[in-house]
Amino acid sequence: MRLTGSQTWVFESKPAIIGASAVVGPEEGQGPLAGDFDFVYDNLEIDEKTWEKAERKLMEHASALALTHAGISRADLQFFIGGDLMNQIISSTFAARRIGAPYLGVFGACSTSMESLALAALIVDAGGADYALAGTASHNCTVEKQFRYPTEYGAQKPLTAQYTITGSGTAVVSSRAGGPRVTHATIGRIQDLGVKDPFNMGAAMAPAAADTIVAHFRDTGRVPEDYDLIVTGDLASVGHSIVLDLLNRAGVTMSETVLNDCGLMIYDRDKQPFAMAGGSGCGCSAVVTYGHILKKIKKGELNRVLVVATGALLSPLSYQQGESIPCIAHAVALESEEAKA
Amino acid sequence: MPTKTKSGARLRLNSVSLTEKDYKEIADKHKPKPNIFVNCLKAFLSGGLICLIGQCIQQLFMSYAGMTSKEASSPTVAVLIIISVILTSFGVYDKIAQWAGAGSAVPVTGFANSMCSSALESKAEGLVLGVGANMFKLAGSVIVFGVVAAFVVGLVHVIFGLGGVH
Repeated sequence: MRLTGSQTWVFESKPAIIGASAVVGPEEGQGPLAGDFDFVYDNLEIDEKTWEKAERKLMEHASALALTHAGISRADLQFFIGGDLMNQIISSTFAARRIGAPYLGVFGACSTSMESLALAALIVDAGGADYALAGTASHNCTVEKQFRYPTEYGAQKPLTAQYTITGSGTAVVSSRAGGPRVTHATIGRIQDLGVKDPFNMGAAMAPAAADTIVAHFRDTGRVPEDYDLIVTGDLASVGHSIVLDLLNRAGVTMSETVLNDCGLMIYDRDKQPFAMAGGSGCGCSAVVTYGHILKKIKKGELNRVLVVATGALLSPLSYQQGESIPCIAHAVALESEEAKA
Repeated sequence: MPTKTKSGARLRLNSVSLTEKDYKEIADKHKPKPNIFVNCLKAFLSGGLICLIGQCIQQLFMSYAGMTSKEASSPTVAVLIIISVILTSFGVYDKIAQWAGAGSAVPVTGFANSMCSSALESKAEGLVLGVGANMFKLAGSVIVFGVVAAFVVGLVHVIFGLGGVH
């Protein structure tokens, strides 16, 4: 690994994602990406008694599937890096009891997917492990309960509101060949442009996404055309149009066909109006990346992809006290096995 | 790069530098505007419908149970609360509320929904630390400010309302 520019790591050995999985709930299972998910639960309870146990089960299930896809056993796994949105990241920590590998818990709100993937690639690239698992999970009801109102409370949501997805995505990063490569990671800086509305996360997170994208191109010398797809984590419709506007102003031009957002991809908002502006949550970018995008890279439909996972680092306490929302975005560059440097 | 100064943060993207104020303008431009007229109309219709249902229930109590309108008001409220709690428990009330807005939040059914949803949500934490402690999480402030407002109105009534009806 070496540092290029101010905040980008280049993984010279290009660690491979040799196995990944995406496990989702019923609503995501009715969305446009349904066919790409490895397992769809038909009930929001995920066959558990509490929402918290449901979220943990998603993570345990996704981890087990990723190990199976990688063709390794639990004993082979050397590190697990995970995080989620719950207080004290209980879902990953409790899932880590069953996974059993040495564990690092991380918190980056919805940017945790790429934060954990970047760290797993870093460990593998540095020779610290042959197999490292990165993963995250979210459940609509645990997140609503912790950050907003009770699930059944009848409050009208504004048009900018997003819908936390139910699902978990995990990936096994390895020094062994056999899957899409992780080539770069750009670690984001906190951006806080004074947005205080927790029902408008897209507007809060868009500056962080734009800053990380600009930093990635500045550090690597790459241009948007080097990527077949640049996908942000969970900006949804409002944040997506803001980030396009910001990038245009900064002179980073791309057509909308290249820049997309996981929060817009996971639901069909016309047929699933409950999603409002789009999907969000830790699991959002994880299941879209590990379920949908990796499969497209493997099939050869995409060659190089930049995933920019965005996180709003607020707590229920901080917004009740009138604080603005600090946000972050971490970008990870993925490419197909055969891609030329 | 972020620089948090007294005048707020700045976003620097290549040669562009945006202050919090600049960003607010950009963000507001992309924010979808709610249709206030349609929302008001929906609230009027749904709130009115709930009141109409209440009126019908009250009329039934008066016609078939021989109650006066005053006697019928308490059982009427109880029936509305039961209906709201059942709809909340079946996961329907929040879907109605997304359409109705204030129309389903203001009547007594909204109050019942806030208590029932809080109770359901905290069921997993047990009866004492969960349901008991959290049931009034949302409704509590309605009661506190309701009592405070009633006290202020009472004072006004005592001072200025002499000769009024008690």
